[in-house]
Amino acid sequence: MTEILSMKNINKSYYMGDEACEVLHNVNLSVNSGDFLSILGPSGSGKTTMMNIIGCLDVATSGKYILSGNDIEDLNESELAAVRNKEVGFVFQSFQLLPRMTALQNVELPLIYTGLKSSERKKKAKAILEKVGLSDKMKYLPNQLSGGQQQRVAIARALVTEPTILLADEPTGALDQKTGIQVLDLFKELNSDGSTIIMITHDINIASYAKRVVNILDGNLTEQRRGVQ
Amino acid sequence: MLLESIKMSWENIVHNKLRSFLTMLGIVIGVASIIALITIVQGATNSISDQVNALGVNKITVTAFGTPLKHGLNDRDIRDIAKISNVSGASPTISGKTSVIYNKEIRDDVTVQGKNEVYFKTDTTLIKSGRAINILDIKNKNQVAVIGEDIIKGLFFGVDPLGKKIMINGTTFTIIGTLSESSGFSITSNNDTVVIPYTTALRSLGIKNVTNLDVYLNNTKIADDTVIDIKGVLNRAFNYNDDAYSVFNMGDMIESFQTMMAMMSLLLAGIAAISLVVGGIGIMNMMLVSITERTTEIGLRKALGATPGRIQLQFIIEAIFLSLIGGFIGLLLGSLIAYVAAKLIGIGFALSMSSILLAVGFSGAVGIIFGYMPARKASRLNPIDALRSL
Repeated sequence: MTEILSMKNINKSYYMGDEACEVLHNVNLSVNSGDFLSILGPSGSGKTTMMNIIGCLDVATSGKYILSGNDIEDLNESELAAVRNKEVGFVFQSFQLLPRMTALQNVELPLIYTGLKSSERKKKAKAILEKVGLSDKMKYLPNQLSGGQQQRVAIARALVTEPTILLADEPTGALDQKTGIQVLDLFKELNSDGSTIIMITHDINIASYAKRVVNILDGNLTEQRRGVQ
Repeated sequence: MLLESIKMSWENIVHNKLRSFLTMLGIVIGVASIIALITIVQGATNSISDQVNALGVNKITVTAFGTPLKHGLNDRDIRDIAKISNVSGASPTISGKTSVIYNKEIRDDVTVQGKNEVYFKTDTTLIKSGRAINILDIKNKNQVAVIGEDIIKGLFFGVDPLGKKIMINGTTFTIIGTLSESSGFSITSNNDTVVIPYTTALRSLGIKNVTNLDVYLNNTKIADDTVIDIKGVLNRAFNYNDDAYSVFNMGDMIESFQTMMAMMSLLLAGIAAISLVVGGIGIMNMMLVSITERTTEIGLRKALGATPGRIQLQFIIEAIFLSLIGGFIGLLLGSLIAYVAAKLIGIGFALSMSSILLAVGFSGAVGIIFGYMPARKASRLNPIDALRSL
C-alpha cells in the first residue's frame, strides 16, 4: 500500500469581487493505491472544488498537493494537462462523450494527447471496451447507446491511459437506480482488480459502496470509518 | 500530433457543411475577384503592349508640318538625322490614297506608302515573299512595289503577283515582293497597302516633301538624348520654328501606358482585398460561434490532457483550412471568370503564377490572422467552467 495522493493543509478561496470566499479549509487527505474512497457532501459543501483540485483542473490557493510524485503547485498549464492525461481518469455525471465520435473513438481520445500511434490507440481502446463489457458496441455513436452503456464508455475512456486514480463525479447521477448499481458494481470490480477510485457524491447510499468515506461539509473534511455493506 | 489536429479540424468542417461553405463564401468572392481582375487587366495590358511594341519601342516618330517656306523634310534633313549617333536608321513615310490597276481591274482607296530600305531592315518579318526595297531602288527611283495581302487577294487571285506589273497613278510598277499579313486588330495593318521607294513616291504621288519620318534607335535607354539631338537638326531645318514639327518617342508612350495599367490593377486588387478582410471577419465570427458551441468539448479535451497549445493549434488549423479551401475555390472561380472574359473581350488569357501564390498566400494569411484570436480564446478556456456549461 503506497501513498499515491497526499494533501496537506489545502485551502482554496475564490474571489467574488473584492470579497474572498474560502471554499476549502485546511484539508488533509491521503490516498493509498488500491483505495476506493468516497467524498460525501451536500451541494455547496465544496466537494466539486475538491474534485477539481484532486483532478488537477484547478490549483489550491495554499497547501501542498502531491499526486503520484508530482508537486502540483509548481506546474504550469501544459504540465497540468500532462498530469491529467497520465494520472487522472475522469468520469463525469453527464458522461461527456463527444456525440460525433463512435464509442471506440471516444475511448481513444485521451491517448491522442498521450501521443500514441493510431494502431496502438485502437488496440488499447478495444481491450478496455471489452473489459467494461462493450465489445459489441464499439462502432456505436453515444446516442445509440443507453445511459448505462454510455457511462461504461466514459469509464473505459477514463481507464484507457492506465491512470493512477479514477476520479468519478456523481457517476450515477444521470442514471436510473438499477443502472446506477451496475455502474457501482463495475467500480467495485475495477477496484478489486487494483484500480484506485475516488468517487464524489451527495448520496450516502452510493458513498457506502466505497471502502472508505470522507465527509465534506462547509469546506471541512472529516474521515469516517464505516462497516463494509 | 499535427495530423490528429488536421483530422479533427477537417471532421468539424465537414460536419458543418452549410455553415462552413457560407463562411468560406467571403474568401471565395475575395480571392475570385482578385484573380479575375489581375488576370483580365494583365491580359489586356499584354495585348495592348504587344500592339504598341509592334509599332516599335525603339522608334521615334517625327512629324513635320512644315513652314510656309518649307513644307516638309528634304533629303538632306533625313540624312542629317540618320547621322546622329544612336540612330540606326531613318525611314521616311510618304502616304497617299490612290487606285491600283492590274490587268484592267481597278482597286480603289489603296494606301500607297513611300518608304526606304531602313523600314524593311528594322523588321525582317515584314516581307513574305520576293524581296524588299533596297538602297538601289531608292537611289535610282526604281518603279518597284511591295504589296499587301488584301491587294493580292483582290487583284491576283490564283496568280503569283511577283514580277507582274501594276499601274499606280498612271505609272507602271513591277511587283518585287509581298508583305506578311498583319492581324486584323493591329493599328498598323499593312494588308491594303502598296509600298514603293519613297523617292519614287515623291515623284509619282505628286508630293514634294517628306512629312513623316520614323527614326530607329540603337539604344532605347538614351532615347531622351536622341530626341534632343533630333530636335536640334529639325530646328536648323525649320529655322528654329518649333511649331513646324513634332517629335514623339514611342517608348514614352509604352512606359506611361504600362504605369497606368499597373496602377489600375493595383487599385482593383486593393478593392478586392477589402472583400478578403470581410471574408476573414466572417471566418473569425464562425470560429467564435464554433468555440461557444463546443465549450464543453474543449473543457473535456482539456480534462483528458489536451494542452492549451494543442487546443489553439486545432482551432487555427480549422480557420486556415476554411480560408484555404475558400481560396482554392476562389482561384478556380476567378480563373474561370477571367477565362470567359478574355474570350469575350478577345484578349489573351494567362494565369500568372504570382496571382496563384497571391491567392493562396492571402487566404492562408487571412486564416492565421482571423483564426488566431478565437483559437487563443479557446485555449484559455478554464476546463472547470467549460465542463460546467453543459
